[in-house]
Amino acid sequence: MRRPRPFDVLALLLLAAAGWALWGWAVREAVWAGDAAACRAAGGACWAFIGEKWRLMLFGLYPPAEQWRAALAVLLSVAFVAACVRWRRAWPLGWLGLLALDYALLAGGFLGLSAVPVAQWGGLPLTLLLTVSGVGGGLPLALLLALGRRSRLPLLRLLAGGYIELIRGVPLVSVLFMAAVMFPLLLPPGWVLGKLLSTQLALALFVAAYLAEAIRGGLQAIAYGQYEAAAALGMRHGTALATVILPQALRIALPALTGIAIGTFKDTSLVVIIGLFDLMTATRAALGDPRWLGFSLEAYLFAALVYGVLSWSLSLAGRQLEKR
Amino acid sequence: MSPLPFVLAAALGGFVAPALAGTTFDAVKQRGALRCGVNVSVPGFSSPDSQGHWQGLDVDVCRAVAAAVFGDAGKVEFVPLNAQQRFAALQSGEIDMLSRNTTWTLTRDAELKLDFGPVVFFDGQGFMVAKALGVSRAGQLDGASVCVQSGTSTEQSVSDWFRARGMSFRPVVMDNFDELNKAFFAGRCDVYTTDRSGLASIRMTMSGKPDDYLILPDMISKEPLAPAVRHGDQDWADVVRWSVMVLIEAEELGVTSANVAEKRDSADPALGRLLGRTPDLGQALGLPQDWAFQAIRQVGNYGEVYQRNLGPLGLDRGLNALWTQGGLLYAIPAR
Repeated sequence: MRRPRPFDVLALLLLAAAGWALWGWAVREAVWAGDAAACRAAGGACWAFIGEKWRLMLFGLYPPAEQWRAALAVLLSVAFVAACVRWRRAWPLGWLGLLALDYALLAGGFLGLSAVPVAQWGGLPLTLLLTVSGVGGGLPLALLLALGRRSRLPLLRLLAGGYIELIRGVPLVSVLFMAAVMFPLLLPPGWVLGKLLSTQLALALFVAAYLAEAIRGGLQAIAYGQYEAAAALGMRHGTALATVILPQALRIALPALTGIAIGTFKDTSLVVIIGLFDLMTATRAALGDPRWLGFSLEAYLFAALVYGVLSWSLSLAGRQLEKR
Repeated sequence: MSPLPFVLAAALGGFVAPALAGTTFDAVKQRGALRCGVNVSVPGFSSPDSQGHWQGLDVDVCRAVAAAVFGDAGKVEFVPLNAQQRFAALQSGEIDMLSRNTTWTLTRDAELKLDFGPVVFFDGQGFMVAKALGVSRAGQLDGASVCVQSGTSTEQSVSDWFRARGMSFRPVVMDNFDELNKAFFAGRCDVYTTDRSGLASIRMTMSGKPDDYLILPDMISKEPLAPAVRHGDQDWADVVRWSVMVLIEAEELGVTSANVAEKRDSADPALGRLLGRTPDLGQALGLPQDWAFQAIRQVGNYGEVYQRNLGPLGLDRGLNALWTQGGLLYAIPAR
C-alpha cells in the first residue's frame, strides 16, 4: 500500500466535512413529526412533510379509504417481475394478466369494491401501469418490427425501418403531447379517448422502436448455421424462429432490453407535462399545498428514493434472468 | 368470477365518453357533474391537500358553478391540465370550463375562440425587496440588481419596464426556481421580480422571516385571471359568469356562508332577489331558484374564498378588494 499523500488527507477531510454536514441536515437537525412551522423553525430536513404527504405522493388522488387497492396493485407488479425471473415463459401473457388485474383492482365496481373513476388513479400504481403497458405492449410490436427489418421483402423492410427511424427521431415529450393534445382533436367529434389509454398507447408505440433495435441486435448475433441447422431438421421457418432463433436472440438481447425497461420506467415521469397524475406529478402536487410550502428538496429526495429502489430491483431481476 | 367484463367496462365506460351532445349546459346537467380544468399545483389557486381534496381559489370557482347548477358544490370532476393542454382540452370538449390561472387577453378571446368569465384575480408582475433596502416604490430601483427567471415573459417585461423609464438595472438570471429563491434570500440581488401572487408565496415560505421583506405596490404588467368557456355557447357562459358574479355581489351586500340563511329572510328586496326569495333570476339563467343561495352557502362569498385560499400566503387584497374599498371588484347587479 502506498503512503497517503497530502492530497488524500485533504480529500478525506473534505469528504468527512460533507458527510458531517449531510448528517446534520438529514438526521441531527431534522424534524420528524410536527407541522410546517416546526420545520421552518428548525434548520434541518423536514421529514414531517413526507409523513404528511407520502400518501398523496404514492397514490395521488386515489380515495384514501381505498388506497390498499392501489398498494396491492403495486405489490402485484413487483411480484410479477419476481415471478418472471422464476418462470421465464410467464411474461408474454403474464403482463396482460397483470394489466387486467391491476385495472380491475383500481377500477373496482365488483365484489363490493367501490368504483373509482380513472381520473382519480395516480401515483406509483399509475407509473407502474404505464411502464408495464409500455414495455409489455411494446414487445410484441418490437418483435414484428425486428423481424420485419430483417425480412427479405423490401416493402416490409422499408415499413419497419421507416417506423423505427421515425419514432427514434422524435423525442418522447412530443409523442406524449401528440397523444394528449392531438388525439382528442383528431378523433371523430363526440368521442374522447381517455388520457390514460392514449398515453399507454403512445408509450407502447414509442418503446417498441427501441426494443426492436435491441432484439435486432440479438438476431444478428445468431450464426447463420443455426438457421441452416433448423432447416436441415425439416423445421418450417416459423417453427425455427419460435423454437431456435428467437429464444437465443432474446437471451442475447436481454441486458439491452432490461436497460430499456428501466429507462421506460423513469421516462414515464415525463407524463408530468400532460397532467397525468403519476408519481412525479403527485410529488409536484404535494408541493403546492399553501400550508406546506418550501420543502421541495425533501419531496424530490423521497421520489428519487422510490424511483431508485424500483429501478435497482428491475436491474437485479434482469441480472437474475440472465443467469438462468 | 372473471374480472374481464369489468376491465372491458372500465375500458369502454371509463375511457371513452361522449363529450359534446348539444349545448354544454345540457351536457353538464345530463352528466350530473361539472368537468373543470385546473392547475396541478399552484399554491393558493389550485392544488390537492394531503387527503387528495382539491383546494384553492380557482378550484372554488368550479365549486361555485357546480353549486349553482346542481345545488351541490361537490359535483365537480377536476381535470388537472398543463399550460399547453388547457385550451385544447376546452376546445375538444374534454372539460366544460377552464379555471386554471389563465390570463384574459385579446388573442385568447378572439383567436382561440374562448369566452372569459369575470376576472377572479387581478395579478400582475411586481417587485419584492428586503425592507433593509429602504425602498418603497419601484421608481427608486435605478441601478438595482434584479433576480429573474430566465426564458419567461417576466424577463422581457422587466427589461422593457426599466428601459422605458431610462433606468438601468443588472439582471441576475437563473432558470431554476429554487436556486433563484436561494440567491435572492442570500442577498445576491436587491430585487426579486415575478407575479405578485408568486412573490407572496415565496416570501411566506422561503424567507424564514416574511416580515423582513416588502412587496412593492407597483405592478409592471397586467395579468387578469379569469375562468373561460368555449365560444358560441352563450347560455353556458352566462351560467359561469353569474355564478362568479354573485360571490362578489354577496361580499358587497355583506352576505357570508354563515349568515346567508338569515339574510334570505330579511326584508331587503336586493337580498330577496339575489338569494331566490323572488324567483325570477334563476329562471332567467335556467338555474334552480336557490342557485346563488347554494353557491354562497357552500363556497362562501368572494372575500371568504380569498381568505381561505390566499390568506395563508399572506397576500393582501390589493386590486382584488371590492370597488368600495379601493379595489377593482365590481359585481354587475343581479336583478
